[in-house]
Amino acid sequence: MSGTSSVGWIDIVVILAYLLATGYLGWLGYRGTRSAADFLVGGRSAHPIIMAVSYGATFISTAAIVGFGGVAGLFGMSLLWLTFLNIGVGILIAFTVLGEPTRRLGHHLGAHTFPELLGLRYQSRGIQIFAGALIFLFMPLYSAAVMTGGSIFAATQFGIDFEVALLLFAVVTAAYVIPGGLKAVMYTDTLQGFIMVFAMIFLLVFTYSSLGGITEAHQYLTDMADLVPAPLQQMGHQGWTAMPAFGWGAPTYDLWWIVITSIILGVGIGVLAQPQLIVRFMTVRSRRELDRAVPIGAVFIMLMTGTPFLVGSLSNAWFAQHGPILHGKVVSQIDPAKDRALVELMKKTDSGDWTTIISPKTNKPATAPMIVSERTQAQAASGETFELVGGRSTAITYVKGDSDQIIPTFITSALPRWFGVVFFLALLAAAMSTMSSQFHTIGTAAGRDLYERIGDKGQAREPSILVMRLAIVLGLLIAVTISYTVRQDYIIARFTAIFFGLCAASFLPAYVGGLFFRRVTKAGALASMTVGMSVSLFWLLLIKAKEASAIGLVQWITGGKTSLLADYPNWPSVDPIIVALPAALLTLILVSAITRPPDAEHLRQCFPERKP
Amino acid sequence: MLGIDDPLVLTAYFGIIAMAVLSLIYGLIRRNAARDELTPEDRQWALEEKKVDDEI
Repeated sequence: MSGTSSVGWIDIVVILAYLLATGYLGWLGYRGTRSAADFLVGGRSAHPIIMAVSYGATFISTAAIVGFGGVAGLFGMSLLWLTFLNIGVGILIAFTVLGEPTRRLGHHLGAHTFPELLGLRYQSRGIQIFAGALIFLFMPLYSAAVMTGGSIFAATQFGIDFEVALLLFAVVTAAYVIPGGLKAVMYTDTLQGFIMVFAMIFLLVFTYSSLGGITEAHQYLTDMADLVPAPLQQMGHQGWTAMPAFGWGAPTYDLWWIVITSIILGVGIGVLAQPQLIVRFMTVRSRRELDRAVPIGAVFIMLMTGTPFLVGSLSNAWFAQHGPILHGKVVSQIDPAKDRALVELMKKTDSGDWTTIISPKTNKPATAPMIVSERTQAQAASGETFELVGGRSTAITYVKGDSDQIIPTFITSALPRWFGVVFFLALLAAAMSTMSSQFHTIGTAAGRDLYERIGDKGQAREPSILVMRLAIVLGLLIAVTISYTVRQDYIIARFTAIFFGLCAASFLPAYVGGLFFRRVTKAGALASMTVGMSVSLFWLLLIKAKEASAIGLVQWITGGKTSLLADYPNWPSVDPIIVALPAALLTLILVSAITRPPDAEHLRQCFPERKP
Repeated sequence: MLGIDDPLVLTAYFGIIAMAVLSLIYGLIRRNAARDELTPEDRQWALEEKKVDDEI
């Protein structure tokens, strides 16, 4: 389905106009008047819309839109729970509970990065270095997810190879983030945010109207439950408008554990411990600014994640109604009354007869559930005559099982050509606003939290701009390399979930404990971070089958198994966050309870507004 | 309802709208509730932040 478009001159003009507008706003910011810090220095307040949309544009990226939208196309509307958490946790709890204490503590201690905030709060150089190293090492994984999402869309939209799209995307990213985009220019983020809002509203309205309305669209998708591919049914997929089957102890519950623990909880909770988002709270002028940003942030996130999750799911209905006609021969009936059948897919050869399509994944004939709409007699390559059926299938069939392709393929197939360009700009905007924050965080982690803190004999060094810039370039190269080499099932969502889960398990107890509880000690925080990270990495390397099998260590240890717990159903599908976060929290409490309380004078400096 | 039979998915669908409405109400109620004060400490922090930004 991909590769049918090409780059036209209108596309180039529109994209160049957008890049020029972004560049102009970035230049205005570079002149020193429009960053979040400039607002504070000038004693002024950023408009709540600017603050909220800027935060949201950093939060939401191509990973959410292309990656998780595609996962919704694969697994269905159960992903709407992630949108629910994105608003409830990522906006409401983050802004109303964590925002102001983070801002105050950061300003009291003079912290400018997340590792520095933790390090100063706990009076520990080790904690700052630990957090800085973890960010520097693993943030490129998340950047790779963002880059892959943008590149897949560009490749599909403009009919170019993924590798070419990735190279172009990397060049644009470097051009944007290295000279000017790193300044977190709020007006640029806001322009990008508005483009994203327009694209999402249009996409949602178009999708519902092309399927006959909200209820009609949902009902059609509900009635397609019997078209769920067999491998997904065997994992517990019960249709695109239903939750996966819930239970424990059988492979038929695997999907529930994947969707709920990895996709929904990992990302839904992990957002609270995202370093690039936490530092945003420190750039806010006051609690009032945070309060005013809540409604705009909530509506923005609702559109940015709710739309792709709904559209991803509904793309199955659209392809079943309007997708290109596929051909093949019936293998078995699914529902004869509705003319639905499992079909072995075939293509016409140059000589005019029909041959079976071989799946490159399985090396067996490709089969797909189909709504049959036509039947004719045809001749196979062997010369025999058979009944050739034609019909439509789900989005999953059209993208050959690659969920990362679902949103790009739907946009290029269903929507007007001009919208594809606008949507590409929205994705570019989403990617740039997120990546500028990511690389800013990577740069400061390397320069400020690692290089400056790992001085000779424990003495802090002078800040090194060169180290920060080298770290950014290195981070970019690592992200591009990961994007180029790793192409697997719903990899965008998995990379994102890994990073979010790792941050949650490693940072969340120490961060929240540091904001609200005086009794949490340096030893407690460091032990909690160590346990959170170690359990997460252990689980990813040896237990979680999808990740562990891709890395390969577990096969080497067990002689071919994909998980240490491969013989215990559902365990290999459970996300590390389910084990690592409680373990880290428990460690924080226990170690803090048995170690000496922090210095009272230091606590007064951290929390001067609280009574002792 | 709305063509979605699973009550949990339907709860998520309406829960998203409810959460957005709750956020709107929160924003309206708290619009001027908190103090909007820029302390010398805040300004000092911003000056340092700007220096870091400019350097990078």
